Amino acid sequence: MRQDARTPWFFLGPNLFIFGVFTFLPIVINLYYAFTGGVQLYPRDRPYVGFENLATLLDCGSYFDPSSCRKDIFWRAVWNTARFSVFQVSLMVLFSLGTALVLNRKIIGRGFWRGVYFYPVLLSPVVVALIWKWVLQREGLLNAGMVAAGANPVLWLAEPGWAFFWVIFVSIWAHMGFYTLILLAGLQAIPADLYEAAQMDRASPWRTLYRITLPLLLPNLLVVLVLAAIRAVQIFDEVFVLTGGGPGSATTFVVQFIYQTGFQEQVRLYGLAAAGSLLLALALVVLTLIQLRATRADKAGERAR
Amino acid sequence: MRTTTARSIAGLTFIVLASAAQAADLRVQCYSDGNECEVTGDLAKRFEAENPGTKVIIDKVPYKAVVEQLPVQLAAGEGPDIARVTDLGGLSKYYLDLAPLLPAARAKAWQDNFASSLAWFRSGAADRGIYGLMSQLTVTGAFVNKTLFEQAKVAMPGPTATWDDWMEAARKVAVATKTPFAMAMDRSGHRFAPLAVAYGAKIFDANGVPVIDAGYQTAARKFVDWHKAGLMPKEVWGGVGGSQYRDAFEEFANGRVVVYYSGSWQIKRMDTQVTKAFDWAVAPAPCGPSGCTAMPGGAAFVALKHTKVPAEAAKFLDFLSRDDNYKELMARTENIPASLSVAKAGVTYNVSANAKAALNSFVADVPKIAKANYDLQGYRFNRAVFLPTAQRLGQAVAGEMSADDALKRLAADVDEQVKAASK
Repeated sequence: MRQDARTPWFFLGPNLFIFGVFTFLPIVINLYYAFTGGVQLYPRDRPYVGFENLATLLDCGSYFDPSSCRKDIFWRAVWNTARFSVFQVSLMVLFSLGTALVLNRKIIGRGFWRGVYFYPVLLSPVVVALIWKWVLQREGLLNAGMVAAGANPVLWLAEPGWAFFWVIFVSIWAHMGFYTLILLAGLQAIPADLYEAAQMDRASPWRTLYRITLPLLLPNLLVVLVLAAIRAVQIFDEVFVLTGGGPGSATTFVVQFIYQTGFQEQVRLYGLAAAGSLLLALALVVLTLIQLRATRADKAGERAR
Repeated sequence: MRTTTARSIAGLTFIVLASAAQAADLRVQCYSDGNECEVTGDLAKRFEAENPGTKVIIDKVPYKAVVEQLPVQLAAGEGPDIARVTDLGGLSKYYLDLAPLLPAARAKAWQDNFASSLAWFRSGAADRGIYGLMSQLTVTGAFVNKTLFEQAKVAMPGPTATWDDWMEAARKVAVATKTPFAMAMDRSGHRFAPLAVAYGAKIFDANGVPVIDAGYQTAARKFVDWHKAGLMPKEVWGGVGGSQYRDAFEEFANGRVVVYYSGSWQIKRMDTQVTKAFDWAVAPAPCGPSGCTAMPGGAAFVALKHTKVPAEAAKFLDFLSRDDNYKELMARTENIPASLSVAKAGVTYNVSANAKAALNSFVADVPKIAKANYDLQGYRFNRAVFLPTAQRLGQAVAGEMSADDALKRLAADVDEQVKAASK
């Protein structure tokens, strides 16, 4: 009996150890940094400052107006991240769903198209950003095409509005395939006889989608929604290479602010960066709780049915 | 048989370990503006021949790694034995003092020949240590597309021309030749500093604390206005976020700007990539109401405190500082020497006529450099001025805030960073 009780721990142990050292321990250290100040790297050299770092970040006339905040870049990054998350997630889910619905049908070259849509997921974010940078820069492919067609070139990455649009676009292009796959799996799990029954009842395609497909796909949609939201809040690598957070701070997001504050400046404010990451973690915890609640509600709904 | 085999293995192991214990690996982290790492590698081979038992390993890294990763490595007690750095004052707490490790005569030679730059590495006036070797003395300056000036039939402004004179001349050339922009400047507070001082910036107040004074503000407003007027490309300063460095070399090399404000470290690159495309020259330091000035600087090889081979590190840097080797380093990398004896003796550059003239022009600007610019270069926390300048003026250029708001934020950023660094 004793040996049986120990066996699971034997298998879980290594993973727990790695998780503990590389995830939980950094979280604890980060907490410590968030409540200390100075520019020293080692925790023992850092003076305790209490909530000073958090107070600095939260020092605003109005949270809706970053220019009234002491750390205006942080609040620009927060609102950029919020806007990015809303647009990117909703459009991502929409496009992924649409693509999954099409790829679930018997179309010519279905296997090929499924591969094509998944391919960008395999690319490194840096490669994705560099490719699109070459396409979108002043003398890039897109402007070359526009000039050839008689139009004027556009500063796609130097105009704040366009830069934000392209950051969303590139992010969707790069990650859509992954979510399409999840939704495709969900679609394929829906029993075919339900569609046959709907066909016999002469239900319209829209009604079939609304009454059969979407309700049964809801668990997968929730997973996609929350995963996409968590990923959107953490956006950094593609944007850093594509726009560098510019123009100005138009595409600066929270993770870039943390990186800049903690690692890029000569005077590295590790405490402030750690406090920023605490606030980011709070947002992620909220999103995760929403997912758990939504999943539980969905399971309760299933049980009731 | 088994005993013989075991003894052979033990003997072989002993030989390998013993030879490994005698050999010293000296790791040198290096970034290249042109070919500095390659030339240093060649010199390192000669050093190895003179010092058997020491192996010099040159790790070539991008400049970004030196700026962003090296300081964190050093703070953690890690990193190479020697590094090529540009933040001379900011990293001073990590430097190894070479003076005790050098023979007395060599230490004196260092103090005599590198007097002007040794102060940049020191932590204060009382510090007399020898901490690094300037692998180049750089001077900022304006590269001019001579071919465009000739095509536009516009005369290049003279030696006392102001920034406004150059901008106006470049604008005329740009219009006549349909070049997109008159001027570009690297996205760097270090490049902006001479413009600021030319317009009256004192940089430091009476207590030696950096201040964004009226001169700095005047220069900043002028700079933002030039961008608004379409004279300078928005994508350089306004195109990236934060305090990231971005040079405008490609804009100049591709003929999209008439004048490019950068520095002498670009000469090698100009010579190899631009000379074949068009004729270029270096303009004398542009002037302002407060004078004609440029910003000194340069990268240096520094030995680091945590090194396990301090004697070898000191020996290698001393080897590089010897007149014959240093002269070769300067000649092959097309850089300005920081060594007085080498500068006096002269360096024979095997370069194009353009590059030769450029080097002479930069050297001629050295006496013009204002004290404020020298002081800023030697200030330990100069990046607490440079980086926020790039960020805030970048935001103003991108249209995210007005120049006045950017200057208010800049002053607050500088103040915050200097106070935090002093804790």
